[in-house]
Amino acid sequence: MQSARVSETQAAAAMPPRPRPLVRMEGVSKVFSNGTLALKDMSLTVGQGDFLSLLGPSGCGKSTALRIIAGLGGATEGAIDWPVANYDAEGRPDRRVSFVFQDPTLMPWANVYRNVRLPLSLKGGGGGAAHDEIMSVLEMVGLAGFAKAYPRELSGGMKMRVSIARALVTRPTLLLMDEPFAALDEITRFKLNDDLLALRDKFGWTVIFVTHSVFESVYLSSRVVVMAARPGRVFAELEVPAGYPRDPDFRTTGTYAELCRQASETLQAAILASVRP
Amino acid sequence: MTASETRAEPASPATVPRAPSRRDGIAWRLLRLAVPVVTLGLLVVIWQVAVDTYQIRPFILPRPSAVWDALIENWDTLSRSLWVTVKVTLSALGLAVAGGVLLSILMQSRWIELGLFPYAVILQVTPIVAVAPLLIIWTSPNTQLALLILAVLVAFFPILSNTTAGLKATDHNLLNLFELYGANPWQRLIRLKIPSALPYFLTGLRTAGGLALIAAVVAEFAAGSAGRGSGLAFRVLESQYRLQTARLFAALLLLSLTGVAIYFATSFISWLLLRRWHESAVRREN
Repeated sequence: MQSARVSETQAAAAMPPRPRPLVRMEGVSKVFSNGTLALKDMSLTVGQGDFLSLLGPSGCGKSTALRIIAGLGGATEGAIDWPVANYDAEGRPDRRVSFVFQDPTLMPWANVYRNVRLPLSLKGGGGGAAHDEIMSVLEMVGLAGFAKAYPRELSGGMKMRVSIARALVTRPTLLLMDEPFAALDEITRFKLNDDLLALRDKFGWTVIFVTHSVFESVYLSSRVVVMAARPGRVFAELEVPAGYPRDPDFRTTGTYAELCRQASETLQAAILASVRP
Repeated sequence: MTASETRAEPASPATVPRAPSRRDGIAWRLLRLAVPVVTLGLLVVIWQVAVDTYQIRPFILPRPSAVWDALIENWDTLSRSLWVTVKVTLSALGLAVAGGVLLSILMQSRWIELGLFPYAVILQVTPIVAVAPLLIIWTSPNTQLALLILAVLVAFFPILSNTTAGLKATDHNLLNLFELYGANPWQRLIRLKIPSALPYFLTGLRTAGGLALIAAVVAEFAAGSAGRGSGLAFRVLESQYRLQTARLFAALLLLSLTGVAIYFATSFISWLLLRRWHESAVRREN
C-alpha cells in the first residue's frame, strides 16, 4: 500500500489522545463477481467522533468501502472490526449505523412521515411512541410542515433532507454517507453541508463521508483519506487541523485554502497513480 | 425550509396558493364530455340518413332506430345473456388476478421460476380457441365451466408477466436500505416489492380486463352453447342465423358497452391507487 502522510505532525500531536476506535478495516479486499478488483488491502481506523472523508476519482472503491463497512456485501478478504460495539449471541456487532445514499432512495408510494418511520417500523416500533421522534427529526432537517407530502412533490434538496431525517431517526453512532449531495446545486449543497455540521455537533456522530469534491471534503472533515483506483486503495491521508464548530467563514480562511490546495495536489497524484489497465 | 430550496413545485398545497388552471374548471370537464357525445350523435344521424337515402336493406344494415327497437324488444333475452357474459368475464378476471399475483410472488424463487415460466409462456402463445373443443369435452355438460377456464387462461398471462416484471424492477438502493435496517423477507415483500410492482400489475389488469371479455366471447363461439344459459356471443350467432341484423347490432352494442365499462373500472382502480405518487397518474405541469 502506498501511504504518504501529508499531515502536519505538530497539529496531530496537539490533539487529545483518542479513545478506542469505532471501526477498523484490516487488509480488506473486494473482488466483484466479474473479476474486478475493487479494493485491495485497505486498512482504515475510524475513531469515535471522526468526520472522515473518502476522496478519490471514480472507480477507486470509496463507495465499495462504505458499503462493506455498512455490511452490504461482505469483503472478499480482510476483516471489519467494531472494537466498542456490543455483539449479539450470533457474533454480529450491534453497529448502530445509518446510511445515506447518493439518491434520496425514498419510497415514492409513501409520504415523508412514513418514509422517515421506515427504519423504526422495520424493527417493529413504528407506533405511537415513535411519533414524537419522527416529528423531532423532521423538525431538525426543517421539514416539519411536510410530513404528509409525497416525495415527488419535493425538490431535490428537500428529498435529501428526508433521506437524512430517516438516517437520524434510529439515533445512529456512525453515519455513512455516499456522495449524498453530489446531485444537488451548489447553493443547496452548501446549505446542507452547514446543516450536517450543525447536526454532527449536536449529536456527536462519527461520520464517514464519500465525496469527489475536494472543497466539500476539507470543509466538513477532520480527516481526508485520498484513494486511488485500479485497484482501489488508500493513497494518502490529510488531517484537517481546524476544530468544530465550523461555519461558512471557514471557507474564507487561509488554512482552508491551503488545505484545499494540498488535497487537490494529493488527489491529482492519486489520479496519476490510478493506472489504466 | 429555506427559500433557496423551494425551486421546484410547491410541496404542500396547504401552504401555497393554488395556481388557477383552466383544465380544472367545470366548463372544461363538460367540454371533454360533450365532444365525444356530439361525435356519436352526428354518426348516428349520418347512419340513419344514409340508410334511408340509399335504401339499404335492413338485414345488411338496419337503421339505428331499428337497433334500438330490437334492443328494447329482446331486452329479456339479451339482458339475461349479458349477465351470463359479465359473470364469466368478471369471475375469470378475479381468478386470473388471484392466480397471476400468487404465482408471480412464488416465482420470486429462482427454481420455481425456472420450472414454471416456460410453460406459462407456452400457454400464452398457444391459441386458446384451439384448446376450447378439448375443454368442452372435459367439462361437458357444463359449458359455462369451459368458458370460465378459457377466459382465465387468457387473462392470466398479462397479470403474471407484468407483476413478475414489477417485482423484479424494485429499486436496488431501496433493497439495500431494507437490508441495512434488517428487514425480513416478508417485510421486504409487503413493504417494498409489492408496492413497487403495483403500477406494473395495474397495467396487466387493464390488459387482462379487455382480454377476459374477448376470451369469454370467443370461447362461446367455439362452444356454440344454446338455450337459456347462453351468453351474448351465442345471441350474436343466433341473430346471424336468423338474419335478425338489428338484434345482432343490439347484442354487439351491449358487448361494446361491457368492454368500455371494464376499461373504465380498471382505469379508475389504477388512478385511485397511483394518483398520489406514480408519474403515470399525475398530471404533468411545467
